Amino acid sequence: MRPRPTLGGFLLRDVRNGERMMSREMTGAKMVVQALKDQGVEVVFGYPGGAVLPIYDELFQQDGIRHILVRHEQGAVHMAEGYARSTGRPGVVLVTSGPGATNAVTGMVDALMDSIPIVVLTGQVPTFMIGSDAFQEADTVGITRPATKHNWLVKETDRLAETIHRAFHVATHGRPGPVLIDIPKDVQFATGTYVPPQKAATGYYQPQVKGDIEVITRLVEAMEKAERPVFYTGGGVINSGPAASQLLRELVDATGFPITSTLMGLGAYPASGKNWLGMLGMHGLYEANLAMHGCDLMINVGARFDDRITGRIADFSPRSRKAHIDIDPSSINKVIHADFPILGDVAHVLEDLLKVWKARGRKTNREALARWWAQIEEWRKVDCLRYRPSETTIKPQYAIQRLEALTRGRDRYVCTEVGQHQMWAAQFMKFEAPNRWMTSGGLGTMGYGLPASIGVQIAHPEALVINVAGEASWLMNMQEMGTAVQFRAPVKQFILNNERLGMVRQWQELLHGERYSHSWSEALPDFVKLAEAFGCKGIHCRDPKELDDAIMEMIDHDGPVIFDCLVEKHENCFPMIPSGKPHNEMLLSADAEAFRSGAVLV
Amino acid sequence: MSALNIKKGSSSHSAYDLRSSYADVAETHTLAVVVDNEAGVLARVIGLFSGRGYNIDSLTVAEVDHTGHRSRITLVTTGTPQVIEQIKAQLGRLVPVHEVHDLTVEGPAVQRELALFKVAGTGEKRVEALRLADIFRASVVDSTLESFIFEITGTSEKIDAFADLMRPLGLVEMARTGIAALSRGSSRRN
Repeated sequence: MRPRPTLGGFLLRDVRNGERMMSREMTGAKMVVQALKDQGVEVVFGYPGGAVLPIYDELFQQDGIRHILVRHEQGAVHMAEGYARSTGRPGVVLVTSGPGATNAVTGMVDALMDSIPIVVLTGQVPTFMIGSDAFQEADTVGITRPATKHNWLVKETDRLAETIHRAFHVATHGRPGPVLIDIPKDVQFATGTYVPPQKAATGYYQPQVKGDIEVITRLVEAMEKAERPVFYTGGGVINSGPAASQLLRELVDATGFPITSTLMGLGAYPASGKNWLGMLGMHGLYEANLAMHGCDLMINVGARFDDRITGRIADFSPRSRKAHIDIDPSSINKVIHADFPILGDVAHVLEDLLKVWKARGRKTNREALARWWAQIEEWRKVDCLRYRPSETTIKPQYAIQRLEALTRGRDRYVCTEVGQHQMWAAQFMKFEAPNRWMTSGGLGTMGYGLPASIGVQIAHPEALVINVAGEASWLMNMQEMGTAVQFRAPVKQFILNNERLGMVRQWQELLHGERYSHSWSEALPDFVKLAEAFGCKGIHCRDPKELDDAIMEMIDHDGPVIFDCLVEKHENCFPMIPSGKPHNEMLLSADAEAFRSGAVLV
Repeated sequence: MSALNIKKGSSSHSAYDLRSSYADVAETHTLAVVVDNEAGVLARVIGLFSGRGYNIDSLTVAEVDHTGHRSRITLVTTGTPQVIEQIKAQLGRLVPVHEVHDLTVEGPAVQRELALFKVAGTGEKRVEALRLADIFRASVVDSTLESFIFEITGTSEKIDAFADLMRPLGLVEMARTGIAALSRGSSRRN
């Protein structure tokens, strides 16, 4: 190593920080803890095991980092996702080799699909035993290569600290995603030189954040003339940070263009905003989908033309020119051709877009816009979310409407599992701010919501954190109630219990001749007793008249609650665009009879 | 799909659109991919192709810059223009990938492949094999009384042509390296 200049930049800054940041010798295990601290990590979700014991020993001897002991490694990753999505900071997971790593795979793929920054640290058998089929050995980097944005196997302690800093850099820059560092046990025991974050080489991975100003200007020209424009926004707005949501609101309100969002982007534009159309997609709102189908200028901000959004590609918004703002070059022109491809970070691009639009005189085609809004109002009158209310059974939509009404205005975070309840929550709950809505979009991971809600609650101890769940999804990771109780995370598990795999049942009813193949549970637990067994509160409700009181009891209880809400068993989720159909062929609940008879099945 | 007896183009029984949206016109492109020479980088590239259903017609890889730890992967792939663009974008976003060049569209390029042919025979066939090898500027790198090993360098088409000629003359086996390629001219592309 070259001698360090005594008054170099690092040293000055280090002195100012009052911390000893110079390179120093330590064990690999200590290095892990030091690197996490230097990265600003406050919480680690993990589960100990043979191959990570040295790191756990270091965690024991410090109190800067809080460790949350999970009950299953998949839960650890979902908790880290909930933590990351609700804070904007990367979530950190620590698990052991072999089964510890393989159990974490589902969570990593989930984070990859939804672009959530996660850093997973796995123990590995000692380097000299790798490849020998040792106890709890798995080819972790091999298994997780397609499950992560990038991963590393660290074979020398001297490279460990820098690799961890690089991992944080890669996870949080460009399109965020999960990364994994596999650390053999002998590397944890051995001594090496610690490298602080400032000295780690990260220059090689610097994705472009500024958009092409020429294309931005062409887009502004199109916006000035557009007769039927629509903003179609996604999770990229949330990932870009609060500034992006702020800029989006300014742009939407200033132009007066309608805006819809994917499942992932809810909250970027407030649900109470006057230009809000609601969510689009397979179970999106009628007015949102018809606006997408009928628009002449579509401005995609941080969404990726997922197949749940587009329906049949050939008929997707056939008469529109499309702008696509995305930080990932492989998203642009992947599914849908972009007439205005803009590679860059949402906040940077929106800032430039606003600047150019203002500089050119804040022009829009007002007359045409008024006609467009009149058309949208016509579509709104369809009232696509209406359902047949009941006085005797709780309709799932009604349960969510009451939950929304009774929690509105509170410091509230909502998670979901996957299925009908997830879509109803997206349709009926109103999100006013980003980072308040945690749901598994891309991968559709049942079992996501409970652990995610715990991760959110750990990050926001005073907030009201609700997991809107279905009983089948919830059971997939119910062991994490133990984590909630142990760490006093007062998460509210609002389970819409229809004793069915509701979404599967719906597809079987509509598309598979009502043959309900294995889509119901005959042996569900008594959720109130289950709550008692976990040492938390259980609430059971089956009468619509008692629902409000029961929800208030859940909210007011100071501790975790399992709320067993018995709902209508055969309710279907509408509106719905059957796969392979265009947006203008969506089914409203009134059409369901026709659908069932096969009339629209050709 | 055919086993399930679902009509091509029908998607009414699926949660997915079962039709392939890709047109049938496929092109062959040669890509040069400059990567960090680190463990697993080739697995990442190959995994991307298998995981997303792209084709690899040929692939060669070796370190080209020892001090900079850079390797160069030369890859020949076939797909529709849209797929080729996707392949380049997907390769480009892998963390250890530094550059992706499409030598098929970025101006003229030299493409060469090396092959070894083992040809066994006696008498007239043996003489004819040697004569053809001379025409193709193949050199003899191993010889017994009943066989030759020829080494030949050239475009893939030239090697294909040579293989066709050797087959009736006693071709026993052959080994090909796959394509290595550089753009023509003085500028550096890696």
